[in-house]
Amino acid sequence: MRFSTAENDAALAGAVADLLAKEAGPEEIRAGWPGGRSERVDAVWRKLAGVGVAGTLVPEADDGLGLDENALPPLLTELGRSGLPVPAAETVAVGAPLLAAAGAPQLAGVLAGDLLLTASADPGAPVPFGTRADLFVLRTGEQLRLYGRDEVDAEPVGSADGSRALARVTAPPGGGLLLAEGPDAVAAAWRHGVLGTAALLVGLGERMVELTVAYVAERHQFGVPVGSFQAVKHALADAELAVRFARPAVMAAGWAQAAGDPGAAVRTSMAKVLASDAARLAARTAIQCHGAIGYTTEYDLHLYAKRAWALAAAWGGPSDHRELIARELDLTRVGRA
Amino acid sequence: MDLTWSPEDEAFRAEARAWLEANVPRRPLPSGDTREGFAAHLEWERTLFDARWAVVSWPEEYGGRDASIWQWLIFEEEYYRAGAPQRVTQNGIFLLAPTVFEFGTPEQQRRILPRMAAARDLWAQGWSEPGAGSDLAGIRSRAVRDEAAGGWRLTGQKTWTTRGAFCTHLFGLFRTDPEAQRHRGLTYFLVPLDAPGVTVRGFERLDGDEGFAEVFLDDVFVPDTDVLGGVDRGWSVAMATTGSERGLTLRSPGRFLTAAERLLDLARSLPDGPGAHRDRVVQSWIDAQAYQLFTLEQVTALAEGRPAGAESSLNKLFWSELDIRLHETALDLLGPAAETDGPWSKGFLFSLAGPIYAGTNEIQRNIVAERLLGLPRR
Repeated sequence: MRFSTAENDAALAGAVADLLAKEAGPEEIRAGWPGGRSERVDAVWRKLAGVGVAGTLVPEADDGLGLDENALPPLLTELGRSGLPVPAAETVAVGAPLLAAAGAPQLAGVLAGDLLLTASADPGAPVPFGTRADLFVLRTGEQLRLYGRDEVDAEPVGSADGSRALARVTAPPGGGLLLAEGPDAVAAAWRHGVLGTAALLVGLGERMVELTVAYVAERHQFGVPVGSFQAVKHALADAELAVRFARPAVMAAGWAQAAGDPGAAVRTSMAKVLASDAARLAARTAIQCHGAIGYTTEYDLHLYAKRAWALAAAWGGPSDHRELIARELDLTRVGRA
Repeated sequence: MDLTWSPEDEAFRAEARAWLEANVPRRPLPSGDTREGFAAHLEWERTLFDARWAVVSWPEEYGGRDASIWQWLIFEEEYYRAGAPQRVTQNGIFLLAPTVFEFGTPEQQRRILPRMAAARDLWAQGWSEPGAGSDLAGIRSRAVRDEAAGGWRLTGQKTWTTRGAFCTHLFGLFRTDPEAQRHRGLTYFLVPLDAPGVTVRGFERLDGDEGFAEVFLDDVFVPDTDVLGGVDRGWSVAMATTGSERGLTLRSPGRFLTAAERLLDLARSLPDGPGAHRDRVVQSWIDAQAYQLFTLEQVTALAEGRPAGAESSLNKLFWSELDIRLHETALDLLGPAAETDGPWSKGFLFSLAGPIYAGTNEIQRNIVAERLLGLPRR
C-alpha cells in the first residue's frame, strides 16, 4: 500500500506545471475564444507536446512516454489548473493511445502537436474543439473511428465557455479508420475520458480557490480584508474541503485503471462525481466571494468557472455517474420481496 | 501508487477477522454510555486486551503488537465490519496515550500505559469548562503550588466530560500561572477521580444516556509526578492530542465504510428499493469511500515522515458531516419507522454530536481557512 504519485509521473506533471506557469496565462485562454488568436494556444500545445504530453499513454516503441493511467491525474490536474483551452482529456487520455494501438499514421502529427485531435464517446452530443480539430475520434455504435477534418461536417455550437470551440459533428458511419471495436474497448476509452476530465476539474477547483484566497486577502471593506470575515472563510473552507477530497479519488481511479482493478468503473465514476461537484462548488464560491468583480468578463475568474461548468457536464455529469454507481451497487432494481 | 495490501498485511487482516468473528458478542451490548452498559463494555475491553487486540499499534511491552499504522487501519476496518462494541477506553487510548508516548517520562509511561491498555485505569478528558468550550484557552480552573507537599492543589470545574461518571482518572488542563497570557501558564495534569476533593456528577446527553459528567475539584492534591510534559507547557502538550481527536485516530474510515454498507443493505431491503432517495444513498457511499482514500494518502504521508498537522481539520469536517448525512438518509429510507428506537435513530442522535466535539466545525473551518489557505486571522 502506497498512496502517492510515483516519481516519473510527478516529474512529468512538475515539468508541465513549470511550462504552463510561464506560457499559459489568462491571455492564452482568451486566445481560444471566438475571434481570439488561437495560434497562441496551438503554440503552447506544441511546447507541451515537446515534453511528451500528448503521448503520455502511448508506448515508447511508438515514440510516446509509455506511462500508465497513474500519470493522468497529476498531469491533467496541472493542465486543468492552467485553463489552457486544449482537448487535454480527449487527446492525452482517449485519442492518442487509440491511434497508437491501431497503428494510425496520423499519430506522429498528434504527438508533435501539429495535428489537433479531439474525441467524443457520446454520439449526438456537441464535440469539444469540433471547430478547431484536425482529427476526430468518434463513436458509432460499438466502434471508435478516426476521421479527418474534411471527412466530417462540423457545425459550430455556442458554449458558455467560448474556448470549448463546440461543434455538432456528423460523420459518415462507415467512413474514416476503425480504431477499436466492442463494448470493452468503448468502455475503456470512456473511462479514460472520464478520468482525464475529472483530473482537469480538480485543477480548475484548486485554481479558483487560489484566485479567491488571493483576492479576499487584498480586498478591504469595513477597514479590514474581506477574507478575515468568518462568512467568507467558511465558504472557502468548504470549497477547499470538496476539492481536497476529490483529488485522492481521482488518483485512485487512475490506479484502478492502470491495475486493471475490477472496481475501476465505479472508482472512475466516483472520481467524476466528486470532482464535478467540487469544481462547481469552487466556481460558485469563488464568484460569490469576489463580489461583483467576479461577475464580469474583464476579470479572469469566469474563464475558469465556465470551463468547470462545461467539464462537469462532459463525459457524464454527476447524476449520470451516480446512476452508474447505483447500478453497480445493485440499487436500481425495485419491487423485490 | 499501489492500493493493494502486502501478504503480511493480508495475514494480519485474516487473523484479526477470525478472532473478531469468534469473539465479538452475538447480541449487541447495552450502550457503553450507561452505567450497566459500561460494565459490560469493560468486560469486552479486557477480552480484547487478553488477546492483545486492545492497542495493536503500541509496543509489545505495553500490551500491543507493534503493528504498523497500516495494520492499525486494517484492524479498525475489521473491528467495525464485525460490528464489535464501541471502545469505552478510547479517550485514554486515542487521546491521552499519544501524548504520554510523546511527552511522558519513562516512569509515567510504565505506570500509565499498561493499566490503560488493560482497561484497569479508565481515562476521561477534562478540557471544557462552563466558561471555556471552543475558546479552550479561556479555562479558569487553577492549580496552586504546594511546595511542601511536592505538588499542586487543583480547584475548578470541568464539564461535558465523556463517561466521566464511570471513569477512574481525568486528564486535563489547569492554569498554573494566572499572570501569563491565555495560552501560556497552562499545565497538563493527570488526576485520579477518587482523590479527596473530587466530586463527579453524571448527566444525560441529548440521546438520553448518562454519557456526560461534570467534575468539581476542590483543593485536590496532585503530585509533581502527575504533571505531563512540564509546568506551564500544557497548551502545546494538549495540542498534540487535538490532532488525533480530529483526525484519524478517533474516526478511522472503517466506521464509515461499515455504516455505508449498512445503508446499502437497508436500501436494498426495502420492497421498492431506495426510490427517490437513491442519489443520496449513492452519495453517502461515495463519501465514505472518499474519506477512506483521503486517509490512505494521509497515512502514506505519515508513514513517510510527513505528519498531517492542520489537515486533521479537513478529516474532522468531512467525517462528522458525512455521518449526519448518512444517518439522515437512512431515516428517510425508514419512513414513518424513523422515529422508533433502533440503531439508526440512535446513531443519528449520536452523529449530531460530531460537529460539536473535538473542536466545533466552526473552529475547524477557521483552521482550514487560516492555516491551510492562509487567510488573515482578524
